[in-house]
Order: sequence, then structure tokens, then C-alpha cells
Amino acid sequence: MDYFDILISILGSAIRLSIPLLFTALAGLFSERAGIFDIGLEGKMLASAFAAACVAHLTADPWLGLLAGILVSIAVSLIHGFASITNRGNQIVSGVALNFVAAGLTVVLGQAWFGQGGRTPQVPTEGRFSSIILPGADAVRGVPFIGPLYANVISGNNILTYIAFLMVPLSWWVLYRTRFGLRLRAVGENPGAVDTAGISVTWLRYRALIVTGFLAGFAGTYLSIAQSAAFISNMSAGKGYIALAALIFAKWKPVPVMFACLLFGFLDAFANFMQGKSVPLIGEVPVQIFQALPYILTCILLAGFIGIARPPKAGGVPYTKER
Amino acid sequence: MSTASVQLPGWINYGVIPLINLVLAFFFSGLVVWAIGENPFEALQLLLVGALGRGEGIGFTLFYTTSFIFTGLSVAVAIHAGLFNIGSEGQAYLGGLGAALVALSLDRYVPWYVTMPFAVIGSALFGAACAAIPAWLQAKRGSHIVITTIMFNFITSSLMNYLLVHLLIVPGKMAPETRTFLPGGQLPKLDWLIALFGGKLGAAPLNFSFLIALVMCFLIWVLVWRTKLGYEMRTLGVSPSVAVYAGIPYARIVMIAMLISGGLAGMMALNPVMGASGRLQIEFVGGAGFVGIAVSLMGRNHPAGIVLSALLFGILYQGGAELSFDMPSITRDMIVVIQGLVILFAGALEYMLRPAIVRLYQQVGGGR
Repeated sequence: MDYFDILISILGSAIRLSIPLLFTALAGLFSERAGIFDIGLEGKMLASAFAAACVAHLTADPWLGLLAGILVSIAVSLIHGFASITNRGNQIVSGVALNFVAAGLTVVLGQAWFGQGGRTPQVPTEGRFSSIILPGADAVRGVPFIGPLYANVISGNNILTYIAFLMVPLSWWVLYRTRFGLRLRAVGENPGAVDTAGISVTWLRYRALIVTGFLAGFAGTYLSIAQSAAFISNMSAGKGYIALAALIFAKWKPVPVMFACLLFGFLDAFANFMQGKSVPLIGEVPVQIFQALPYILTCILLAGFIGIARPPKAGGVPYTKER
Repeated sequence: MSTASVQLPGWINYGVIPLINLVLAFFFSGLVVWAIGENPFEALQLLLVGALGRGEGIGFTLFYTTSFIFTGLSVAVAIHAGLFNIGSEGQAYLGGLGAALVALSLDRYVPWYVTMPFAVIGSALFGAACAAIPAWLQAKRGSHIVITTIMFNFITSSLMNYLLVHLLIVPGKMAPETRTFLPGGQLPKLDWLIALFGGKLGAAPLNFSFLIALVMCFLIWVLVWRTKLGYEMRTLGVSPSVAVYAGIPYARIVMIAMLISGGLAGMMALNPVMGASGRLQIEFVGGAGFVGIAVSLMGRNHPAGIVLSALLFGILYQGGAELSFDMPSITRDMIVVIQGLVILFAGALEYMLRPAIVRLYQQVGGGR
């Protein structure tokens, strides 16, 4: 295999690994820009992955699976809202709690329903999102450089991958070109001003959290019925936190979020590729370096050494209308 | 009329409200057990018998309790200074390295009681080191401590996995763990404590670090409520702007509070590493750092409360393990659900019932 083929295979794998991060980071974008910290992205991902796998297993319809994933994820998001908006509880505590509930409940229910140690049964092929061959992929495969890139990286992914990349401009448009987006950003910076303008802070933040749940539902569904064919206990494996890191790394902006997720996905793919291979002069590079790199980069960014990450001003502070 | 400004007496704030929240969390846990077709009362009974029925069960319960006291104190100290340390998990993991290095280098030459003080210092230093960078980032660069401590959990995990797989592993062995410490590097079991109550410790790993944990509770109580440093920490926790106005150095107190918090988390490693398995194993913390969050919230960040709630979670962990043998349809993950619900009700939803309780309290006549 020459270097170009290797690069193509790493890039293809990087795209596949970055999709759940992209959905989740965009999900977090909406809630954090509205002033609600969301540590619970991981839990939403797990809960929706479980729901999607169960429904897709029973109905053999991936779209019903997706719908179930989205609904469950929105439900988790609304509990977060009930605790942190309605009851003005600590948003971080609530997120941590929901992560635990999701991690535990998916396995407990999975074991009780299917008796396979927390796994769900295999989802049939027609119940999964399978890869789509874009038109002309086979025709251009022979063209140097562009051909393999089109055939193996751009084509041959499942529909959720393309939806994920569509969500980026869509999120940008909603946040920066609609009235809802303007108000959402305002409520994350200065909820008092939004309230004075006669707009309900509570309802606005709830709507932001519904969008968050909606997007995180795609991420979970992608994990269980697109990338694999069943729910496995704790299958999100910290992706919710990497997505959170990507969101911060991208300074809470939609298009940079996409690049941050692609970067972190690439690191992951590269780590997989490097496993057990040795580099001339250096020797074998431990995979743990690549695994830790997204977090190290985010910490360096947070320290203000590569630009300044300025979070939404009202983030994490419950809004009190009157005293 | 707003109920938020009404003062409630201490016994309601620190007794009734946490108790109701706990009952709610258990009610919903019971619903889950009922929903998967088991009898929640029977499950509760099996759980309690498993945790407290025999000397060995009690030994295991107190073993888990020890770990949770350390991590609970760790979270609580940070909370008193207004910092949310989610990194206890990683700090405990790195603390294990400190304890193991001390044990590996001293166990050949000296008895355990000479090794122990060095191990306490070693584990605390390594735990504090893991908290130092997030603390510095918060103090000097204003980076959010929650995010940086989460990042450091993952960074520490990668680092420790690397060290165990590549450097600390016994040559020729498959399992990524250090060699077993000689008796000079292990903490003695507390057989006599259980025997005092007429039980037998059996195979339970309850060890000397339980007593260290209790001493730490007392020291933290003295630190937080009886020293100038503790006063400065609490002032910072209530209002950073007031603290700065009163001349309390923000960066210094943030650093000190986080280092103490990280040190306490690191000392948790004494219990599993030197007390139970006698070697440093991969992922030995096993979520105890996160349980610390629940323990601290449930115990209202007070050492006495932390001991009680650590005991509660110790019962849940040991009882839950026994329960999963007796009722195979309930896996050990049920504990994770209960833990999540306790954090949700005792932490995030702690004010949910307050307005109702205030109204009830006023009607009964205690108010105004």
C-alpha cells in the first residue's frame, strides 16, 4: 500500500469517527449558547443509542430507530431543563446525574429485556443506515487523486453522515440569521435584557434544550445503528466529553466546531492506524498520546495560549426573574 | 410571595430536606426495579442483608465507605471554596502511582508502619499534582475548573495506562499491573475492629486506611470551620467579589483549596492499592471519584454528613453486588442508576420541594 492509499483510508475512518462528535458538539452548541452548561451530552448519546437500537431491532426500520433516539434524547434534555431552568439547580450537577442515570439505566433495562449482559440483540441489516454510493463513484475511481478521494472518502458513507455536514450550515443559519437564534445567543449573554424585552427566558432556554436533545439523538443513533449494529454498554466511551472539548476548542461557533470535530476524529483514526507501528528514529509512539491529545489541546486553548476561548457570559448561572 | 427568602431552621435544611430527596431517589429506583419485573422491597431486603448481614459483608461495605469518604471530602473541600472538582477520579488514579512508588521502593526494607506515612504523603502529593494544573488555569487564566478537571481525568487515564502497560508492568506478565507489594508495603486488615462486634472479617479488604479516612474527616472539619484558611475558603465560596474586597488573595486560595482537594482524592488510592490488592492495577479507581460528588452533595459538604452518606453508598455498592447474585435480572449497574438519581434529587433538584416545605412550615406555625 502506498502512502496515498493509507491517507485515503485514514481520512475515510476520520470522517466516520468524527460524525458522532459533530452531532454532539452542535447539540452542545445550542444549549451552551443559551446559557445552559451541558455535561450531560454523554448521557443523551447513550440513552438515544440504546433507544434507537431497541426500536430498530424490533421494527427493522432505521428511521423509526432514529425517531426513538431523538425522542429519548429530548426527554433527557427536558429533565436537564426541569432541574436547571425551572428549579434553578446546578447545571453541572444535573448533567453529571443524568450521565449516571443513562449509563446505568441502559444496561439495567437492556439486561432485563434481552438478557445479553446489557447488549441489545443484533439489528438486522435492513434496520441499519447502510452506506450510500454516490453517483459516479465507480466511474471516477480510476482518476488519480480525486478519484479515490471521491469514491472512498466522500462517497460510501451512510445518510446520517451527510445530514451531519448539512447540520453545520443549518446551525449557523439558525443561530446567526433567524430571530430565534439572535434571542438564543442573547439569552446566553444577558438573560436580564431578554427578559426586559418581554421575551420568556424560560421558554427560550427550553427550546434551546429541545434542539440540543434533537441533535444529540442523531449522535446516539449513529453509534448504535449506523456505525455498529447493536447497543453495547457504555458504547459512547467518553465521546460526549470529547465533543464538549471540541465545542470549546471551536470557541462555541458552528463552522469551527466542524473543523474541531474533524481534527479530533482524525487524531482518533490516526491513533488506530499507528497502533503497533514504529516510526523511524522515534520508535513506537504510544497510542495514549493520541488519545490524550484532544484534551491536552483543549486545555492549552483554555489557558489562552492559542487564542482566547470566551464562553457565553451567562453560562451556568440560573436565571432568577425576581427576588 | 417569594419563598426563597424565608429562613428555615437547621433541622429542616440539613435533616428533613435531604431525607425527602433521598426517599424520592429511592422511590424512583424502586420504580425501575418494579418495571423490570422484580419486587423492590425484596430487592431492598436482599441488598441490606448482603451489605450488613455478616461480618464479611460489613467489611466490604466499610471498605467501599473508606474510598468514598476520601473522594467525598475531596469534592467537599473544593465546593467550600466555590470550585466544582469533577477531577477526583483522575486525581485518585494518579495518587495510586504515588502510593505504589513509595510501597515498591520501601516494602523490602521497613515494616508497614514506616511505609505508611510516606505513602500517605506520596499519594497526596501525586493527587495534588494532578489538580495543580486545572487549579492554576482557574486561578491565573480564568479557565473553567469543571472543564479542565474533566479533561484531566482523560489525560491522567491515558498517562496511567501508558505507564502501566509500558513501564510498571512486571516483565513477562500479561496483566498491566505492578508486582505485588511485600507486607512492608501493604496496610494491615482491620480484623480486630469487626471482631470487636463479634463478626469475622473473612476475605473482606477493610484495612487501616479506614482509620486514616476518619482522621482526615476530623482534620478537614478543623480546617474548614476552625482556621483562618478555612474561613477564607468559605468566604471565597460564598462570593468571590466579597473575598477579593476583603483582601483575601483569590489565586492563592483557589490553588490551596484545589491542592488539598486533589491530595484527599489521591489518598483514596491507599485503600484499594495498599489495603486491598497490594498492587497498582489498571482502572483501579472504578468510579469512586464520581461517587464522591454524590457523597459530598448528599452529606451537605460536612465531614459528618460525608461519613454517613459514604456509608450509604458503601452499603449500596456491597449490597448491590450481593443483590446481582440473588436477582440476576438486576445487574450491578442498578447502583449507577441509584447513584445518578441521588445526585439528581439531592443535588440538582435540591430546591424543588423547598417552596412547598416553606409553605407547610409556615402553616404549621413555625414561621414568622
